[in-house]
Amino acid sequence: MTAHFKQDGPVESNRLDGMKQGVIGKALPRVEGLAKVTGTAPYAAEYQAANMAEGVLVTATITRGTVSSIDTQSVLAMPGVLAVIQDSRMTTRAAQGTAGQAPQQEPQTVSYWGQPIALVVAETFEQARDAAKQLTITYDAEEGAPLDPQAVESEAKEGQTVNQGDLAHAMAEAAHSVDVTIDTEGHASAAMEPHAAIAQWEGDKLTLYASLQMLNYNIAELADALGIEEEDVRLRAPYVGGGFGSKLGISEEAVAAAIAAKQLDRPVRVVMSRQQVFQCIMRRSETHQRLRLACDDDGRLTGFGHDALVSNLPGEAFAEPVLQSSHFLYGGDNRSLSLNVARIHRMTAGSVRAPGEAVGMPALEVAMDQLAEEAGIDPVELRLRNIPERNPEEDLPFSSHKLAECLRQGAEAFGWDSGPRTPRQHKEGEWWIGTGMASAARVHNVSEAKVRVSLIADGTALVRTDMTDIGTGTYTILAQIVGEMLGLPVDKVMVELGDTQNPRGPGSGGSWGAASIGSAAFMACHALRKTLAERVGTSEEELSLKDGIANSGPSLVELLDGKELSELGHYEPGDIADDYTASGFGAFFAQVRVNRFTGEARVDRMLGAFGFGRVLNAKTARSQCLGGITWSIGAALTESLMFDPNDGHLVNCDLAEYHMPVHRDIGEVEVLMVEERDPVASPIQAKGIGELGMCGGAAAIANAIYNACGARLHHFPMTPDRILAALPD
Amino acid sequence: MADYITVNDTKHPLPDDPRVSLLDFLRQEVGLTGTKKGCDHGQCGACTVIVNGMRINSCLALAVMHDGDTVTTIEGIGTPGAPSALQKAFVEHDGYQCGYCTPGQICAATAMLDEIAHGMPSDASDTLEGEIQISDEEIRERMSGNLCRCGAYANILAAIRDVAKEKAV
Repeated sequence: MTAHFKQDGPVESNRLDGMKQGVIGKALPRVEGLAKVTGTAPYAAEYQAANMAEGVLVTATITRGTVSSIDTQSVLAMPGVLAVIQDSRMTTRAAQGTAGQAPQQEPQTVSYWGQPIALVVAETFEQARDAAKQLTITYDAEEGAPLDPQAVESEAKEGQTVNQGDLAHAMAEAAHSVDVTIDTEGHASAAMEPHAAIAQWEGDKLTLYASLQMLNYNIAELADALGIEEEDVRLRAPYVGGGFGSKLGISEEAVAAAIAAKQLDRPVRVVMSRQQVFQCIMRRSETHQRLRLACDDDGRLTGFGHDALVSNLPGEAFAEPVLQSSHFLYGGDNRSLSLNVARIHRMTAGSVRAPGEAVGMPALEVAMDQLAEEAGIDPVELRLRNIPERNPEEDLPFSSHKLAECLRQGAEAFGWDSGPRTPRQHKEGEWWIGTGMASAARVHNVSEAKVRVSLIADGTALVRTDMTDIGTGTYTILAQIVGEMLGLPVDKVMVELGDTQNPRGPGSGGSWGAASIGSAAFMACHALRKTLAERVGTSEEELSLKDGIANSGPSLVELLDGKELSELGHYEPGDIADDYTASGFGAFFAQVRVNRFTGEARVDRMLGAFGFGRVLNAKTARSQCLGGITWSIGAALTESLMFDPNDGHLVNCDLAEYHMPVHRDIGEVEVLMVEERDPVASPIQAKGIGELGMCGGAAAIANAIYNACGARLHHFPMTPDRILAALPD
Repeated sequence: MADYITVNDTKHPLPDDPRVSLLDFLRQEVGLTGTKKGCDHGQCGACTVIVNGMRINSCLALAVMHDGDTVTTIEGIGTPGAPSALQKAFVEHDGYQCGYCTPGQICAATAMLDEIAHGMPSDASDTLEGEIQISDEEIRERMSGNLCRCGAYANILAAIRDVAKEKAV
């Protein structure tokens, strides 16, 4: 049976809060926790297969052109080498998130430095790695590929331009205004588990173990690349060692492994090196942004301008959606927004955690800080005065809106001083100390999702979907939702994820996973409850399930009477998306130290207050927020992709040179979850939380740097050299 | 020449190929995949194991260099049925998300607490000699070779702090 629900309106019934089990929202430890801490949870490269061969990708050392020849004989005689694969179906880029079709193929055509062009397969990893290094390749290079995003004619991204009123006039007439240009550099997802795949064929049936976020799209992408039917592909990814956007689409090693395994008629494993993950998966585009803000004497915005330039390879549809939350976060009748894309030959730009807001919000929130200073208004107060009643561009209501509460509660918990904010007021030894704040916003998304929930005759439940848990907590929140609805403790709910033999989930991405798959599970459970209610002789509304007992009477085991009961939950977003603007909101507060002599900035403490609908698990949701704040610190201070201006190759392509935060970079971190119920966001009243924690946080740090030492920087990350250069005398 | 490495109390013969790293030896030849490969260049700490009582990045060592050595991996620290105090604390404090860096974090933390107990100073220590007081900053400094991209640092710190306190009591 299928319990299908298409959400065309708010779901006010809020059934989850009427249940009796008492597990929803609780800070329960992850159900797969012991497997992770004991090293027994298997990740993609860790499956055993008899007679497995090892593949190592070979990548291009030119920027643009063609591979004229690969001297396979140069390595085939080496010990253990089995084949050099140069199949035209091999992919040269990772698919963009939700593509559902093969990305660019034909590896002999090179469009960026570091692009995969061949696969060397050998009996052992050491043999394959050695042979891959020895492989002789000749190129027909095409000189003059554009590499600098600001040196080429850019194209406007469709559907992003807004012109409302007269911004130039508003700027000219404003009591106070700010017109600043802010740059952000590229970011890498840098998930700890490198991209890896094991391909195994049985006749024409392929099983692929891989590290992927969205099996529901990846299966179509892989089948399309290989020229086979989806029915002949099974993808498995029960454990994924982080994704952050980098594993949204099928990546090069997976397709190469599948092709090699077929050709050699034996299982093949391909694991990318860390350098390859950096060079041929995805980068977040650098951005060049202009912010124009105009306000009246009271600090109320009269004009709002946000223009951004991003880059990508020719032919890629993705453009970092920098303006995503700028469209609705603050009011201002005179509006001008635009997004342009420069076509250059750096590696593919795609989704990295919180695409858009991760870089757009920090720029906007630095500009807001400057406007607060110009207008002589406390920065928290300035934001409170500019929260719009409705979406200022589309005149839509907000599904719910917790920005004001987050600003107020966050300020109080942090101990925000709303007095005058002159820089350089606090000094400890070599260090200037300052504080800063910023708003957080991240659009809320949901996606179609299916899950099968079964009540087994022994009174336990089984939840099955191809949805993934990339560290987000999917296993645990599904056990909690199902446990709550069916009256079972979480240890009686088994959850099977990451297998395309199960119904299609929404995939993990865009912070939509929990609300979407959770709603599908909710629908399945609701249908199961109806059946159980009939058996008890009551209505679904009157049915009380707790610890496997119905209405203090029969047990689930008795009601099931030896037979399994199963429902397919199917959730679909409906017209409601056109009727409301839905977003998570929040506020960041930071205290930062800046060294007077070295320009080094350190974050002493940071607080984030977030409103994102129902909290499904207080422990895992808090962890998502903590992770976002950690990324905010990296984006503010250290993270930056650096490209060679001569050939466009990524120079700092490893974890020593790309500076993500480490333990000692993270001081005291506090998270406030401002609970709410959002009936528009999803039938379980939850919104996404995977990305909100880094949507603006870098600005709180930037603004604290200014408050500490008087250096107003317009370039992220704010490294010591940049801070020193910006320090006033 | 002993020609074997003892891994979690079991002897395993050295690999034939001298290019095999200790990490790949553990993962491929011994079959213990709890030790993770995050970078293969000593930059992330996911491959941390304890060799003769000291933590090392197993990706930076060749297996043949450890002839006769005793290696403890995450599987030797505890099992799902009998987890160590640190393993339990990581679960309780949500000291992980995706779980990929976790075995390395736990191996590193296990050895790190011993280093403090033995008076080995760090950049965060007040002096180079004498007893070291366990502080948040000591733990952060000593764990900074173990990267976590999910950003679970605050929770990892809380987990280690809990166990360190118990040990001190």
